[in-house]
Amino acid sequence: MDIKSLEDRFEAKIAAGESIEPKDWMPEKYRKTHIRQISQHAHSEIVGMLPEGNWITRAPSLRRKVALLAKVQDEAGHGLYLYSAAETLGISRDEMTEQLLSGKAKYSSIFNYPTLTWADIGAIGWLVDGAAIINQVMLTRTSYGPYARAMVRICKEESFHQRQGYEIMLTLCNGTPEQKALAQDALNRWWWPSLMMFGPRDAESPHTEQSMKWKIKRKTNDELRQQFIDITKPQADILGITIPDPDLKWNEERGHYDFGDIDWDEFWQVVNGNGQCNKDRIAAKQKAWDEGAWVRDAAVAHAEKKEQKKQKLSA
Amino acid sequence: MKDQSLYEYLLMLGDNSMILGHRLSELCGHGPSLETDIALTNISLDLFGQVRSYFQYAAELKGDEATEDSIAFLRFDRDYRNSIIVEQPNTDFAHVIVRQFLFDSYHVPLLEQLMHSEDETIAAIAAKSIKEAKYHLRFSSEWMKRLGDGTEESHQRTQAALNHLYPYLHELYHESPIEKEMKEQGIGADLSVVKDHSLATINEVIAEATLSIPESEPRMVRGKQGIHSEHMGFILSDLQFMQRAYPNMQW
Ligand SMILES: [Fe+2]
Ligand SMILES: [Fe+2]
Repeated sequence: MDIKSLEDRFEAKIAAGESIEPKDWMPEKYRKTHIRQISQHAHSEIVGMLPEGNWITRAPSLRRKVALLAKVQDEAGHGLYLYSAAETLGISRDEMTEQLLSGKAKYSSIFNYPTLTWADIGAIGWLVDGAAIINQVMLTRTSYGPYARAMVRICKEESFHQRQGYEIMLTLCNGTPEQKALAQDALNRWWWPSLMMFGPRDAESPHTEQSMKWKIKRKTNDELRQQFIDITKPQADILGITIPDPDLKWNEERGHYDFGDIDWDEFWQVVNGNGQCNKDRIAAKQKAWDEGAWVRDAAVAHAEKKEQKKQKLSA
Repeated sequence: MKDQSLYEYLLMLGDNSMILGHRLSELCGHGPSLETDIALTNISLDLFGQVRSYFQYAAELKGDEATEDSIAFLRFDRDYRNSIIVEQPNTDFAHVIVRQFLFDSYHVPLLEQLMHSEDETIAAIAAKSIKEAKYHLRFSSEWMKRLGDGTEESHQRTQAALNHLYPYLHELYHESPIEKEMKEQGIGADLSVVKDHSLATINEVIAEATLSIPESEPRMVRGKQGIHSEHMGFILSDLQFMQRAYPNMQW
């Protein structure tokens, strides 16, 4: 079959809402786009373990410590599923790790902000996992089968994380004035970066059009961002803390909240490596990778020795 | 308190799990691979689960306003009863694995005995924890073999970790007055039996791992009496930070 008819068949499948599987023919650009997006997603799960892991040893109660450990462990699991999904497209996990460490591959910029207080753990669960879910629920219907299936598993856990984070915030807001102040401070710092998680405005998003056409994405960045704001504002009201946006107002006509301007300069600064923690996050992953090298080598060497012994026995 | 000795025995059991769990939790996200990160976090989670069971029971015995958290976070350093080995730092992955393996080799036969404790709550906690501890021992034994019989570098690092940690092992076997009293009441374990089983496991795994047991004398340490290493203050400053900085609050 020539390329043209393969392409036609591929496009027809997408149009019919069928999923694309690893063995199916796909355009090189579709494959590349997926490797980029899935590995970026996996890296986000992995790098995201760092700011949250930062509070495990200092969690304020045993119950919260166990929950946070379990959460960070879930994120490691998400990273694993996603790396496996990306591997079906012909890239290895080691290659992806190297792309992360070299800066060639990106991860979600939100994790380049520091976690400064315990309330940040609540705010991340509530807002960051909350924003992630909105994106990921959409991705459960994405056209590439392994990615969509990974998302189904991941989404269940993310919504648990979101509820857990919100519950931390609720406890703080029902607590002492000091605790409520921690919650407000965390919301102040995490609100705008959370909105930035949906990416640039549609007009400036280089990948949106193609992604929509291939049903990688089914909603635009701006649509998803609006959906997040509409869901989150009433939740902030229940907590009794204020979203740091004086322009945030219900718009009866649109049936949505209006909101103020996002600082896109900050967004691009952080994307381009100048956020507060970009260097620290990569340095931490680089250190783990370098210090783990002898361990990974030992595991390989031991497996080879075992294999040799087995062969000797059967010879 | 009527059950002062039982209370202190529970602290001993819980503190070992807590401080080791704390050390493992420091590694989350910083391990050599995602798989080991997940496994070590799992072990940490199991250990903290055990801590909660022990301390909930201890809080019941203590009465007043005691809770699992006041017991975990609001004691002074001298009142922690863990052995020194679990405080030892995550110097490298070899130290993490050797520390875990030595502790697991002791933990499994300890729990096997506690399953038959006259104290029903301890017996129930042990019955639940034994499955976890056996899994931990399998994991750490496998890694002992991988690292010991892997590359030259991994062998050297693991032997160095063993040389450092092995002398601390003996404190776990050394019967303190509280442990003696609990044994005699049929509540606590007989550490001489635990020691035999533990050493048998260690000898077997160390041999397979092509490592050798260091000949050094046991280190003179008294963690069970609350005389800790210099690491302990730093562990507690993390562990207790929130409870100390924001006292009397719900989280
Ligand atoms: Fe996740
Ligand atoms: Fe999550």
